[in-house]
Amino acid sequence: MTPAIVRPDGWSLPLLVHVAGAMLLVAALIVALAVTAGALRRGDDAAVLTRLGFRSLLLGVLPAYVVMRAGAEWIASEEAVGEPAWIGIGYGAADGGLLLAIVATVLAWRAARRGAAGPGGSGRAVLVLSLLLILAYAVAIWAMTAKPS
Amino acid sequence: MSLYEWLLFLHVVAAFLLVAGLAAYGVLVLGNGGDAARRALAPPALALWNAGGLGVLVVGIWLALEVDAYEPWDGWILAAIVLWFVASAAGGRLSRGVRERAADRAALLLAVMGVATLALLIDMIVKPGA
Repeated sequence: MTPAIVRPDGWSLPLLVHVAGAMLLVAALIVALAVTAGALRRGDDAAVLTRLGFRSLLLGVLPAYVVMRAGAEWIASEEAVGEPAWIGIGYGAADGGLLLAIVATVLAWRAARRGAAGPGGSGRAVLVLSLLLILAYAVAIWAMTAKPS
Repeated sequence: MSLYEWLLFLHVVAAFLLVAGLAAYGVLVLGNGGDAARRALAPPALALWNAGGLGVLVVGIWLALEVDAYEPWDGWILAAIVLWFVASAAGGRLSRGVRERAADRAALLLAVMGVATLALLIDMIVKPGA
């Protein structure tokens, strides 16, 4: 059996903002991954799916990142936890992930401009970057839950 | 990692998968991708929603049994189970509608899934009465 971890009530809202933002961020990434994979497989649907992938990154991933990151700063200031390893892992995944997400969004825009010609190399790069981001955020989720010191 | 940490990690990962399924259904219902989006997104949406839903329920109840201060019949846990059934019922009807291309009340079902999932998240974080 394990003792319960009790948080002060004041931490609930910033934690909710942080977790909801992170969930939407990963969800939008998974949607972008699925439609980009579909665009690379299906010739007829490529233009529609590539455009959906770009919109998932631009209108889903990037705004959700802002919400997740703002929530992280808010909860960190409330908790005053210092700099344990799990916070460092979270910041590393978040900050490195932003750069990759921006690159993926630009590449998805380039792929979407190709229209019916298919997503091409830019689409394949978006697929790889989305997969890398999902793996990085899986590590961040592990760090946030297991909290390794 | 302790058993508690593993369970918490798997519970949270399942919740992320559930929300990813919800987002995929959201793009299907509210986006303008048409048949192309349905072909690409319907299978992963169903898989994510089902795997996430089953995961949060099973691992969540296991967590409630593992943690000293919680019991599966605590009010906030019972509320979560009720919300889970509401979301699952709406999700089941929506997935059938997507499969059969019957879009009746798809936006309403999606809204029920979204509100129930958000309420679940709030319940899990606030843990009223715990």
